[in-house]
Amino acid sequence: MTDVEETTATLPLARKCPFSPPPEYERLREESPISRVSLPSGQTAWALTRLEDIREMLSSPHFSSDRQSPSFPLMVARQIRREDKPFRPSLIAMDPPEHSRARRDVVGEFTVKRMKALQPRIQQIVDEHIDALLAGPKPADLVQALSLPVPSLVICELLGVPYSDHEFFQSCSSRMLSREVTAEERMTAFESLENYLDELVTKKEANATEDDLLGRQILKQRETGEADHGELVGLAFLLLIAGHETTANMISLGTATLLENPDQLAKIKADPGKTLAAIEELLRVFTIAETATSRFATADVEIGGTLIRAGEGVVGLSNAGNHDPAGFENPDTFDIERGARHHVAFGFGVHQCLGQNLARLELQIVFDTLFRRVPGIRIAVPVDELPFKHDSTIYGLHALPVTW
Amino acid sequence: MKIIADTGKCVGAGQCVLTDPDLFDQSEDDGTVLLLNAEPEGEEAEENARTAVHICPGQALSLA
Repeated sequence: MTDVEETTATLPLARKCPFSPPPEYERLREESPISRVSLPSGQTAWALTRLEDIREMLSSPHFSSDRQSPSFPLMVARQIRREDKPFRPSLIAMDPPEHSRARRDVVGEFTVKRMKALQPRIQQIVDEHIDALLAGPKPADLVQALSLPVPSLVICELLGVPYSDHEFFQSCSSRMLSREVTAEERMTAFESLENYLDELVTKKEANATEDDLLGRQILKQRETGEADHGELVGLAFLLLIAGHETTANMISLGTATLLENPDQLAKIKADPGKTLAAIEELLRVFTIAETATSRFATADVEIGGTLIRAGEGVVGLSNAGNHDPAGFENPDTFDIERGARHHVAFGFGVHQCLGQNLARLELQIVFDTLFRRVPGIRIAVPVDELPFKHDSTIYGLHALPVTW
Repeated sequence: MKIIADTGKCVGAGQCVLTDPDLFDQSEDDGTVLLLNAEPEGEEAEENARTAVHICPGQALSLA
């Protein structure tokens, strides 16, 4: 007979206000900041709600990101294991020292300087899409007109993936992240995208150039004699998916939030130097990729006074941490001048988001250009009718009807 | 104040460069931290150094 463990909540918890974290987080943080919770996978895990506990867990060497392990806490029903074709872990599923080596191979592509060099091209992409928006009918859906195509084009050009295939991989991506699809549907989407990128990398291996990231990685692997086709496919997979949904959702959520807070928007319009600070605040307030901060313990380890045993799963509820009053004064107030760069919206520790500075740059160019060129922009429907992504692993907006 | 950087721990997130590009840079090869000035002087530079240490995701920076 198995013991039925007592848990304090079942994740994921629901948001009541689309602009705020689930209210239950506050109760958990106050009453039981490190508590046992149930997951949709049938597992139980520890949930962390305090900022410092989350930072400590994510920077501890005693927690693993190995998503193939049965101990890894999952927020969706577990997928079927593939016997015929073993899963090839991407960066987010690796642990040091393998992770350290693989991340070093590619992180030079994402330095602050390299990102700045992309600025003119991103500006051009944003301008072209705003030209098309202004020339088109009103109201328009900002998600389709701007939020999704801009980061998608940028990551495609950076990686060397043909943008003409965007409908295919965007559809795979949204099915993989949806909580409304079956495990089989998710696996089919996963395999379709993996097969597509497998073929693409094979083609590039036959004719690798310095023109794109995948080509450069292939040439680098040849130099070091460490050619690993599977690792490149895994890298392409991760960057393509991560480069899409996250920034796209932050563009939509950020635009909606700024339009709903005209006093804050006025500050950016008066001084675009404040946009970067506003972006940090938007990242903190929404924390859209919360499950990226899940791990399991590889040794008995104490976090915030609680003993977590080897093999136990831990979900770092980063959105709860980013609204912890111990880390952020009046955490529920949206204040673009807060200057809170110690949030964990991009995670913390060795896995902190590789593309975070690309995301910041894209958001900065989009917000500055959109509010300068379309000063009269407004949401075209009542805010409570907006279709927020309560059904996705990555929070966001399915559509954002705007007019001007 | 002296900044100490452990490149072995650095994950190349570039948070230090965003905090103060006069104190920090990144290697073009592997993105790891390069100290441009290990001994910040003045209130603002010292505050930036403390911020960089606090937000460094790899905990590669410390102060002595």
